[in-house]
Amino acid sequence: MTNFIAGALGIRSYIFIAVIAAIVVVVGFLNLAVPETSSLYMSSYVVSLFGKYLCYAILALAIDLVWGFCGVLSLGHGAFFALGGYAMGMYLMRQIGTRGVYGHPELPDFMVFLNWQELPWYWYGFDMFWFAALMAVLVPGALAFAFGWFAFRSRVTGVYLSIITQAMTFALLLAFFRNDMGFGGNNGLTDFKDILGFDVQSDSTRVGLFAASGIALIAAFLLAQAIVTSKLGKILIAVRDAEARTRFLGYRVEHYKLFVWTLSAMMAGVAGALYVPQVGIINPSEFAPANSIEAVIWVAVGGRGTLVGAALGAVLVNGAKTIFTGILPEVWLFALGALFIAVTLFLPKGILGLASQIMAKRRERQATGAAPQPQEAD
Amino acid sequence: MMTFLKSRTSLLLFLFSLFMFVPATTSHADELADKINKLAEGGFNDRQKAINELAATGDSRVVPALEALGDGLLYMQKLGNKVVIVERAGSNFKLTDPITLEALGEMPKGALEKIKVNNRLRRAVRDALGGLQLNSKKPADRMAAAEAVFQSKDPDAIPLLDAAIEKETKADVKKAMLEARAAAVLSSDLDDTAKLDAIKVIETRSGRDSRSILLGFAANAEGKLKSAAEESAGIIERSLAAWAAAQNVWYGLSLGSVLLLAAIGLAITFGVMGVINMAHGEMVMLGAYTTFVVQDVIRTSYPQLFEVSLLISIPLAFLVAGAIGVAIERGIIRWLYGRPLETLLATWGISLALQQTVRSIFGPTNQEVGTPDFMSGAFEIGQMTITYNRLYILVFALVVLAALMLVMKRTPYGLQMRAVTQNRAMAGAMGIRTDWVDALTFGLGSGIAGIAGVALSQIDNVSPNLGQSYIIDSFMVVVFGGVGNLWGTLVGAMTLGVANKFLEPYAGAVLGKIVVLVFIILFIQKKPRGMFALKGRAVEA
Amino acid sequence: MTQAGDTLLYLDNVSVSFDGFKALNALSLYIAEGEMRAIIGPNGAGKTTMMDVITGKTRPDMGTVAFGKDIDLTKMDEAAIATLGIGRKFQKPTVFESHTVYDNILLALDRPRGVIKTLFDKSNGTDHKRIDEILEITRLGDLADELGANLSHGQKQWLEIGMLLAQDPMLLLVDEPAAGMTDAETAETARLLKDIAKDHSVVVVEHDMDFVRDLGVKVTVLHEGSVLAEGSLDQVSANQEVIDVYLGR
Repeated sequence: MTNFIAGALGIRSYIFIAVIAAIVVVVGFLNLAVPETSSLYMSSYVVSLFGKYLCYAILALAIDLVWGFCGVLSLGHGAFFALGGYAMGMYLMRQIGTRGVYGHPELPDFMVFLNWQELPWYWYGFDMFWFAALMAVLVPGALAFAFGWFAFRSRVTGVYLSIITQAMTFALLLAFFRNDMGFGGNNGLTDFKDILGFDVQSDSTRVGLFAASGIALIAAFLLAQAIVTSKLGKILIAVRDAEARTRFLGYRVEHYKLFVWTLSAMMAGVAGALYVPQVGIINPSEFAPANSIEAVIWVAVGGRGTLVGAALGAVLVNGAKTIFTGILPEVWLFALGALFIAVTLFLPKGILGLASQIMAKRRERQATGAAPQPQEAD
Repeated sequence: MMTFLKSRTSLLLFLFSLFMFVPATTSHADELADKINKLAEGGFNDRQKAINELAATGDSRVVPALEALGDGLLYMQKLGNKVVIVERAGSNFKLTDPITLEALGEMPKGALEKIKVNNRLRRAVRDALGGLQLNSKKPADRMAAAEAVFQSKDPDAIPLLDAAIEKETKADVKKAMLEARAAAVLSSDLDDTAKLDAIKVIETRSGRDSRSILLGFAANAEGKLKSAAEESAGIIERSLAAWAAAQNVWYGLSLGSVLLLAAIGLAITFGVMGVINMAHGEMVMLGAYTTFVVQDVIRTSYPQLFEVSLLISIPLAFLVAGAIGVAIERGIIRWLYGRPLETLLATWGISLALQQTVRSIFGPTNQEVGTPDFMSGAFEIGQMTITYNRLYILVFALVVLAALMLVMKRTPYGLQMRAVTQNRAMAGAMGIRTDWVDALTFGLGSGIAGIAGVALSQIDNVSPNLGQSYIIDSFMVVVFGGVGNLWGTLVGAMTLGVANKFLEPYAGAVLGKIVVLVFIILFIQKKPRGMFALKGRAVEA
Repeated sequence: MTQAGDTLLYLDNVSVSFDGFKALNALSLYIAEGEMRAIIGPNGAGKTTMMDVITGKTRPDMGTVAFGKDIDLTKMDEAAIATLGIGRKFQKPTVFESHTVYDNILLALDRPRGVIKTLFDKSNGTDHKRIDEILEITRLGDLADELGANLSHGQKQWLEIGMLLAQDPMLLLVDEPAAGMTDAETAETARLLKDIAKDHSVVVVEHDMDFVRDLGVKVTVLHEGSVLAEGSLDQVSANQEVIDVYLGR
C-alpha cells in the first residue's frame, strides 16, 4: 500500500504537499502564537476563510478526478458537498443540546418550532461524531452510487449526464427547502456551539479545523494521485479519450466510471463536512446548481486533469471572489462570467497547462542553444 | 358571495343609467321617497310594514335602499328626517340619495342616525329583495335573485318563485328559478314527492353548493329521501371529480405551454445544432425586459398604445434576443464547436454576465409588466375556470411552434439549416455558407426565447433571475421529448406540464416537481435519446 | 461449408433495421477456426452493422449470433464479448491519444480487467516483453514513448492492430485497415494481417481490391444486408451480380 502511493509521486506532488503543510503550520503560528497587536497576527476570521478555501480545494480535486481524468462532467458535485455538510451539521445541532433557544434536550430548535414531538429516525446516531463522520462519506457515496449505477449502465454520457446531474442537485435543493424534510428548511442548520467538546468559535478550534482541512486535502490529493497513476488511472484516461475503444478492449467502462464517481462524491462529502463547522452554517442554497458549476470552473481555471491545478484554481478563484465581493460586489459576476468564457476559449488547459507549455518552450530553447529560435506552432 | 356582490354593482350601474337617460320615471320619485322615509319611523314592527310596502311597489328603484338597510348603511338625517345611504369616509359619512343615487356630499357622523335592524327585519329585507329582483326587468337581476334564494333556501320564497317562474321567458333564468325553488322545497315541510322531485332538479344543477345542499338535507332526512339525496350527491360528486380532472388538465396544459415556449428555442439551439446554451434562460429574461421597456416607453409617451404593447414587444424581443444570440455565436460559441462541455461552461459565463448586466441597469427587484385588457379576466366552462392570459399563452406557444416548423420545412433557409446539421462538410461543399447558417440558427433559437420572454412576462416576475428558473425545465423538456424533434418537444412539454399538475394535489407543488425531476432522470437513463429518438447510425456520428 | 465443430463464428438469419431501413437482411455467415475472410461490398451493404452485431454494440432484431460451440453473443455486452476473445478495429483508427504507444498496448494486454485488480496492478517483466514483441511486429518500436495523438494515420492503424494482438483474441474483426494508407503501407499491412492470421481467425472488411487480392483468402460479398456471393476473389469478380452492384462501378 505504501508502495502504491509512494510510486505515484512526482516532484510537483512533493511541492504541493510541502506548500499545504507549510501553510497549515504558518497560519496556525500566526493565529495562535503571534500576539493580536502584532501586524503579523492573523485573525480567526481569516483562518476560517483559508479553511474554507482548503475545503473548496478538496471539492475541486474530487471534480477533477471524474472530469479531468474520466471525462464525466458533473454539474451536481455541490450536492455531495452539501450532503456531507448536512451530516456534519446534524452532529453539530445535536451537540447544542439544552443550549438552544427552546432548551429542548434532544430536538433542535427548528423542530421545536415546528411542533415536532420526537426526533425523526434519520436523526438517530448523529449525536455521535464517528457516526456523523461516517455518514458524511457514506450518504454522498450511496447517492452517487445509485445515481451512477443507473446513469453509467444506461450509457448516459456527455452533456446529457451533465444536465441530469444538474437536475439531481436541483431536485435536492427543492427537497431541502421543505420544512417537513426535517433539515431546517430554508434556514438550514446553524448556531453551532461545539465540536468534539471544543467551542467552534474559539481560536484553537478554528486552527484545529483548518489543520484538519489541510491534512484532508493532502490525503485526498495522495489518494487521487495514487489512483490516476495506477493502471486504473490509465484506463480512466482511456475512457475519457475513447470510450468505445476501451469497451471493445474488454473493460467494463461503467464499473470504472462508477468507482471513480462514487469515490469522488465521497471526497466531496468530506470537504462539505469540514466546511460546515468553519463557516458555521449549512442551508439548502449549497445545493444550488450555480454552486456546482462554479466549482467546475475552479478546476478549469487551474487546469483539469492535473489535480494540483484543480486545488490551485479553487483557492485562486475563491480568493478573487473574496476580494472582489469585498470591494466591487457589482463586478464579481462579470468577472466570474468572463472567467468562464476566457478559460474555455483561451486557456483550455488552465493555468497549470499554460505554465507547463511555457516551461516546455523554455527547455526546448535551452536545449537548442542560446540563439532564439523562430517560434514553432504546436 | 362574489357573484352576488358583482351583480349588485352592475345593478347599481344599470339603475344609474336608467335615471340618466329616462327622466320620465322621476315623476314617481316623490312617492317612493315618502315610502323610503317611512323606514326611519316607529319601531321594528312599523319598519317591517314599511319594508313590505316597498316590496309591494315592485319597483326596482327601491333596491339600493333596502340593500343599504340590510347592510346597516341606511341612515336618517337628524335635520329634516331624510333617509340616505352612507359610506364611511374618515370621521364623516359620504351621503347618497337612496333613489336617484346622486352624491349628497359629506356630513359628520353626529348629524345622522342609524336606522336599526334586527334579524327579523334583515330576513324581511332579504325576502323583499329576492321578490323584487325576481320581478326585475333585467334577466341578470332575476338570475341573481334566484341564485340568492338558492343559497338562502328560504321556504317563504316558494310562492314568489312560483309566480316568477310562471312569468319567466328566458330558459336559463327559469332553470335557475326552478333550482332555487327546489332548494327552498328541501328545507320546507312539503311532502316527500315534492322533495324527491326537488332532489332530481338539484342533481341536474351539479356543482359544489348543490352537493352540500343535498348532503345537508340527507343528514337530516330518512328512508327514501335520504338515499335519493345521497345518490344524487354521489352523482354530483363524480361529475365534480371529472371537472376537477379537466381543470387539472387545463392547468397542466397551461404549464406545458409555458415550458414549451421556454423550450422551443432550446430545441433549435440544442436539439438541432447540438449547442448547449446555458444562457438560454437569459434570452427569455431579455425578452421579458424588452416588454418592460416597451411598456415603459408607451406609458410615458404613447399611452393609447398600451393595449398593443405586447404585439409591439414580440418582434422587438425577437430582434434583441436574436441579435445577442448571433453575437454570442459569432463571438464565442463558434470557437467551441465539437467541445460541448466547454460550450456549456462558456455559455454559463455568458448567462452570469447577462444577469449582472440587467441587474446593473434595471436593479435587482421585480419589474412591473402590465397586462392589456384583452388578456385580463377569465371565463368558465362548466365547473372549470379558464383565464384569458393562460389561454392566449397556450395559443401563442402553439402558433410559435407551428411558425417555426413552417420555417424549417418550407423555406430555403430551413432547408439549408437542415442540410448543415445533417452533413456540414457536404453542405459547405455545395456552397451553403455554413457559418452564417450557424449564426442565424442560433439567432433564431435565441430570438424565439426572447418571444417566450414576452409571454412569460405576463405570468411570472420579471427579474434578472427569471431565466434561471426555466433553464433546467427547458432542458428536461427537450431531452425528454427527444433531441432534434420539435413534435417531441411539444409532447414532452405538455406531458411534463400535466404530470406536474396531477402530482401537485397528492404531493404538493415542490414534491411534485421533485417527483417529476426524478422521473425524468430515470427516464433519460432508460431512453437516453428521449421519447422520440432518432435511430440508426446517424445518431452516433 | 466447414464442419460444425470447426465453426468459430456463426451468424444465421440475422436482421437489423433502423427506422424501417434494413441494415442487415437475413444475413448468414460462418467463419471457421483459423480462417481469414475478406468481406467486401458497396457502402451501406451492412459491413459495419455486421461488426456491430458481432461485438454486441447493436442488438439484432432477429437471428442467431454464436461464438465457438454455443455461446450466444446477442445476450452479451461489448466488454464481455471482447473478454471472450473477439477483438475489433474500427473503421476510423481509434487509439488513446493521451497515452503513449507503449501504454496503449499495455492497456490492451490480456490481463485482468476488474476495477480493483487494475487499481493495484503493476506491470511485470512478461508484460514488458510481450509489449516489446508487439511493437516489433507492428514496427512501432521507435515510437514507444510517443503519444497516440502524435502518430500518423497509418501508424494509428498499426497501433490499433497491435492493440488487437495484445488482446490475444481468437477472432479479429478488422474494419478497413488500409484506408488512407500509401501503397507501400497497404502492402505492409496485408503482410501483417497474413502474419496474424497464422494463429488467429480474422475477418477483414476492405474496399481496396488490391489489398484483398494480396490477402488471397475467401471473399464474401455483402449487398443490401445479405450475402450476395462467396468464394475466391477471382470467382466473385466473375460473378455478374457482383459486377453489377459493386465492382462494375
